[in-house]
Amino acid sequence: MGKWTRRAVLSAGVVGGTGLVVGIAVRPGNPTETAGHLVAGEGENLLHLYVKIDANNRATAILPHAEMGQGALTALAQMLAEELDADWDLMGFEEAPAETEYANYTFGRGYLFKGIDFPGAVVPTVDGLMLKLSESLGMQITGGSTSIRATGQYGVRIAGAAVREMLKRAAAKTWAVSAEEIRTAKSTLYHDGSGRSAPYADFAAAAAQETPSSTPQLKKMSEYSVMGQSKPRHDIPAKVDGSALFAMDVKRPNMVYAAIKRTPVFGGTLKRVDERAARAMKGVIDVVQLPTLSAEGMIGSYSAGDSVAVVADSYWKAERALSALTIEWSTQGNESISSEAIFQQFERDISASTDRKNDVVIGDAATAFDNAETILSADYRVPYLAHTTMEPPNATAEVSADRAEIWVGCQNPLGFRQHIAAELGLDFDKVTLHNHFLGGGFGRKSNADYALQAALIARAVGKPVQLVYSRAEDIRQDFYRPAVHSRFKAGLDAQGNLIAWHNTYVDKHEPIEAPLIPYAVAAQDIGHVASPTHVPFGAWRSVDHSQHGFFTESFIDEAAHAGARDPYEYRQSLLKDKPRMLAVLNRVAAEARWSVPMEEGRGRGISLQESFGSIVGQVVEVTVSSGKIWVDRVVAVIDAGYAVSPDGMKAQIESGIIYGLSAAMYGDITIENGAVAQSSFADYDAIRMHDAPVIETHIINSGADIGGAGEPGTPGVAPALANAIFDATGKRIRTLPVMNADLRTDSESSPSVAALTR
Amino acid sequence: MTTFTLNGEVRSVDTDPETPALWVIREQLDLTGTKFGCGMAQCGACTIHVDGRAQRSCTTPIASLEGAIVTTIEGLKSADGSLHALQQAWIDQQAPQCGYCQSGQLMSAAALLAVNPNPTDADIDSAMRGNICRCGMYGRIRSAIKQVAGASFYNAMEGSQNG
Repeated sequence: MGKWTRRAVLSAGVVGGTGLVVGIAVRPGNPTETAGHLVAGEGENLLHLYVKIDANNRATAILPHAEMGQGALTALAQMLAEELDADWDLMGFEEAPAETEYANYTFGRGYLFKGIDFPGAVVPTVDGLMLKLSESLGMQITGGSTSIRATGQYGVRIAGAAVREMLKRAAAKTWAVSAEEIRTAKSTLYHDGSGRSAPYADFAAAAAQETPSSTPQLKKMSEYSVMGQSKPRHDIPAKVDGSALFAMDVKRPNMVYAAIKRTPVFGGTLKRVDERAARAMKGVIDVVQLPTLSAEGMIGSYSAGDSVAVVADSYWKAERALSALTIEWSTQGNESISSEAIFQQFERDISASTDRKNDVVIGDAATAFDNAETILSADYRVPYLAHTTMEPPNATAEVSADRAEIWVGCQNPLGFRQHIAAELGLDFDKVTLHNHFLGGGFGRKSNADYALQAALIARAVGKPVQLVYSRAEDIRQDFYRPAVHSRFKAGLDAQGNLIAWHNTYVDKHEPIEAPLIPYAVAAQDIGHVASPTHVPFGAWRSVDHSQHGFFTESFIDEAAHAGARDPYEYRQSLLKDKPRMLAVLNRVAAEARWSVPMEEGRGRGISLQESFGSIVGQVVEVTVSSGKIWVDRVVAVIDAGYAVSPDGMKAQIESGIIYGLSAAMYGDITIENGAVAQSSFADYDAIRMHDAPVIETHIINSGADIGGAGEPGTPGVAPALANAIFDATGKRIRTLPVMNADLRTDSESSPSVAALTR
Repeated sequence: MTTFTLNGEVRSVDTDPETPALWVIREQLDLTGTKFGCGMAQCGACTIHVDGRAQRSCTTPIASLEGAIVTTIEGLKSADGSLHALQQAWIDQQAPQCGYCQSGQLMSAAALLAVNPNPTDADIDSAMRGNICRCGMYGRIRSAIKQVAGASFYNAMEGSQNG
């Protein structure tokens, strides 16, 4: 990816003589008549700069998203190339710089208002407000599975189409013909009547003088030739020979290395540190104490407690010296909290249901339960989860009295830059941030704690510092997927039909629709109670869907079995008015050959989940024997409206499934004495090659509004797995992870057999 | 002073003999393709070849490399710069996502194929189980290894059996 300077961006217009940067006003219309007073003057200057074309006719998409493996930048470049009629072989992309001009308002627009058709007169107001909001919040977020469905659909395609129109208008003036008579293909303008043609580059400078339309004509699905193709990702070649640059690969002159330890008991503060032994060690440069830091994250504000860092001339020395410190923490009364106590608190708060707030009330649940033939109830629990990105959090910082420069891999470069400026007391303009490939994000790298720490350490030692978290620090100082308890009650009629659904769970975050069910149940009462803990939480791949998908898609399975009905057909019967969901469900059942019986000891489970605008159906197949489980195969079907890059979408589903499966099988962050008990891949393991299932992904292009792909694969795998285990063993998994469950059959777990297998 | 051959060149380093080879390679020898993932030989991101065998560099004291032939991801290409067959297969299968673990994955796979050009699934499981990929690209990595071995594999891209 190319390097950007602020100057290069602000001088947007004509760069490099014959080259061109086109600024696209994504905000449609002229706001002065309808909403000028709301968007204010400065809003007018905010342009989204998505396209440049150089003298060699090479087009570059400049994209406000981070590359963390999801391949979205290649897919976004496809969207731009499609509408621009650019030759794919002449198409490149760069990550946009961490500048306010690239605040991705389309993220907020797509995230908050997706699928809402605003009347034309209101659009400028809505978009103007989103512009202001995204700018003031420093939103340049890669998360929420929004790159394609928000930035791509609302920004990049419009940019591409507008630029194509501008090029045609510029050529029409020179050729003295009507712009309508000009056609475009493969980065070339053609006027068939006069036999003239010219590469885009010839008219790039002239086109820059044209005003971009905010409502250009976009192509129909039937016209796509670049979208819908599985284009090889541009970032992959550098990822097979070691040349891809991650933040940790940065080396600055005179750079030193820092290892860090934050208060293990969340909310703790530093009492005193005995630094003598550490300072006496060879290569140690300094010991730096850091205060508690607070900032805004993707799903709320967060705080990182007091920390101590050791700075040395190599990372290994810093890490060794860190363990030589004797640190006394004040634990603020949190030192006795355990997971057990937290789950007891959840149980108590759900039972009390004081101040229960409703997500949904449909019909009269109380009466429906009175009329029910069978009432089924169950309590479900999921633990805290860490993200464990392969690349532990790290950042490199160079800080002087009046400026700072940061090298980092993060999911919100603009937000990080704002936080760093605020923490250092510097003007925003005095902070430069270089974003790199992320060695995994999954939500963890949307919180700026590690970059803020690096900046403060660098200021303290007056040298460039590279701060690297140990794996233990990464696992113990995460912003966790919250632990959740959810209580269900279902009412069935005499035929086993589901007539009432009641659900109370603790703590609501995002997305708000996560606990809702798609099924036609006439009486529903879904609500939540607050039950805060001292454990920091954050966005974890698919956010609240990661727990509620497991809960609701497991409990609907319980209801089916209670009614002596097939779980697939049961769902079918409840989705008659949801043709898209039904189509996904039917397809996944067909692809998985649902009706073919399985042999003894094997099982099959199904799930269906809508999240981030996409519908995913999954069937998991397992083998269970002597209490051991093998996940053999996962069949997945996704309807994301349209797959811009089918193979990229499949890769995301495969990835989301393995991420969700790691959590379902092994993910268990527990709290002991107020702190996280786990510290390595030995006690917080992930799916590995030998236990990874075969994954078969099928895509439905239904033509519905485009949905996300990065997260929707994750929620459905845990319930499909639990349902498959039930099918194989008759044992219902209501608490994750599966590794803690006893899956032995009654005969296998009888004392004599247990003795034999030990 | 420890002297060893690194990607075909003789290198000498003067450092604490206990220093893990990972940090010497990254910080002193400026080869950053080898990655830090855990520091405890639990994830495989730091895998290098020592005398042809896959080894976790994060727990390999530099002194133990005296006289050894060491290869890192930067040395996996042929002398003429052409990609190792596995590297091309990794591209063909679009195996990397974030890419951070892939140096280690490739080094483990290359060490496997060097001694076992026709590995079974069980051989692949055994050779690769020390390498975590949090993006979960195990299916594609397996397919890429099989592509090079000339074996039949499930092609996630095509949704069918290949080879």
